[in-house]
Amino acid sequence: MGLNAKTSEIIAFAFLTLAALTVAGFVLFILYYIVSNGYSAISIEFLTEMPRKMMTEGGIYPAIVGTVYLIIGSMLVALPMGILAAIYLTEYAGENRTTWAIEMAINNLAGTPSVVFGLFGLAMFVKYLGFGPSLLSASLTLALLIIPVIIRSSEEALLAVPPEYRESSLALGISKWQTIRHVVLPASIPGIVTGSILSIGRVAGETAPILLTGAAYFLPRLPDSVYSQFMALPCHLFVLATAGTNIAQTRPLQYGTALVLLMIVLAVNFVAVLVRRYYRQKLKI
Amino acid sequence: MFNRNYKEKTIESMLFVVSALTVFILFLICLFLFRDGLTLFEDVPFLSFVTGKFWYPTSVNAQFGLLPLFLGSLVVTAGAILFSVPLGVASAIFISELANPKVADFLKPFVEILAGVPSVVYGFFGLVVLVPFIRETFNLATGQTALAGSIMLGIMALPTIISISEDAISSVPGSLKQGSLALGATRWQTIYKVTVPAALSGISAAVMLGMGRAIGETMTVMMVTGNTAVIPSFPGGVLDPVRTMTATIALEMGEVPQGSDHFHALFAVGSVLFIVTFLINLLADAIKKKYRFKVD
Repeated sequence: MGLNAKTSEIIAFAFLTLAALTVAGFVLFILYYIVSNGYSAISIEFLTEMPRKMMTEGGIYPAIVGTVYLIIGSMLVALPMGILAAIYLTEYAGENRTTWAIEMAINNLAGTPSVVFGLFGLAMFVKYLGFGPSLLSASLTLALLIIPVIIRSSEEALLAVPPEYRESSLALGISKWQTIRHVVLPASIPGIVTGSILSIGRVAGETAPILLTGAAYFLPRLPDSVYSQFMALPCHLFVLATAGTNIAQTRPLQYGTALVLLMIVLAVNFVAVLVRRYYRQKLKI
Repeated sequence: MFNRNYKEKTIESMLFVVSALTVFILFLICLFLFRDGLTLFEDVPFLSFVTGKFWYPTSVNAQFGLLPLFLGSLVVTAGAILFSVPLGVASAIFISELANPKVADFLKPFVEILAGVPSVVYGFFGLVVLVPFIRETFNLATGQTALAGSIMLGIMALPTIISISEDAISSVPGSLKQGSLALGATRWQTIYKVTVPAALSGISAAVMLGMGRAIGETMTVMMVTGNTAVIPSFPGGVLDPVRTMTATIALEMGEVPQGSDHFHALFAVGSVLFIVTFLINLLADAIKKKYRFKVD
């Protein structure tokens, strides 16, 4: 021991503090950079107009609409599936091989790269089922991507409901499903909502899977059915920043698009924090 | 009563079917990936894919060598881990052991935001800030290098590493720490001789999962690494452009004729990627299970 214990503690703690500050610094710098460069591009026209002149001018309206459709489409599939699976796993499943297989499948789905989901969506939805490159194919692909997220957060919310709730309800002669439906689920709704809100951010930001399953580079109109191709914010940003007709000239549009995307994600996180705080306070009573 | 029991049973079975769907989805992913991927080997020998040093998918004598892409992913991921593990674990220790609860509560949303920022925004940020910075600092022809990819992926792997390590560290029983402190150890001695070793399995799992996140990341690496499919040299290759497996799939899938060898080669690359991340996940799971802390 070259250093005495007190000195080495001071040095070590300084480094640990520095590490945490560095991480916070990254976040602040990225946010500051995108916000300060992007805010001047944001205007009502930017948000509500079609892109013009091969995307070098105009707005991002169809990309916003496309992203909203993707969120709705994937949530419609993933939310019920995820919540029902979570109910089974927390309330019914015993410790056996089947449960183990399901848990393992969820873990692996959660860790599978999004571009692999994209390939799968292309092979299964676009080609095999014949949906073509479309809103439908992309929404289904994204739904598969977020199901593990929704299952995990719903499981956590269900497990947080005290067992006494279930026991008292069952003791009154109420059946298991009715107990879940009228006692457990209502008590865990805030937690489930928080998890689902966070997966909205994930859907809004995913790029690779929808590039492979139906996002269009440039499509200055809105999708008219679930079988249409569509524009989406993350793909739009990617195309403008790397493959646009004039990358330097469209920088303001790129910053603006990045900012809108970031705002969606931040808003989503903010709402999730609010819901969680509300829930915590309610539990304290 | 029979009626009610019947209903209960039906509901239970339906819920079971929905959760079993996750296994079915995983099975379908394997099926569709491998089916199209294996078709490649009808025309291209398996060995020349796995050991091939050249990825020239569109030339007349097309070559589908996995090595440059695989090593590209490896170099970028290794760089990311080198940088994000010390930073992430140190931050996790700070949040769970050092910071008072108010500071910890203040810092956690930062980690959540870091996890929430879309990969394409990271890629864009890397492209407009980090890439020019690297080009000027090292006086290169292009700043789109493996280094840029490693730094961006490192930042993106941070939230995974921090939140899982933090869970592991804060689940170490207080009695262990109190025992150490009671013996006269300082807080730092307690952290690095007692708390961190006790949480090591969880921290290792965190590192594995961070690695899985980095190797599977697509948009960011595609935007900042330059995408040149050559076998990266070491260590000088850190400042050269590289091409990862993920970027190859996303870049080329848009232009390939469906059903061609090139199309199948991309599925073969996807299968390799899937198998790699699958193994990483299994390993992380096994580490977590095997060494889970047994003291109550």
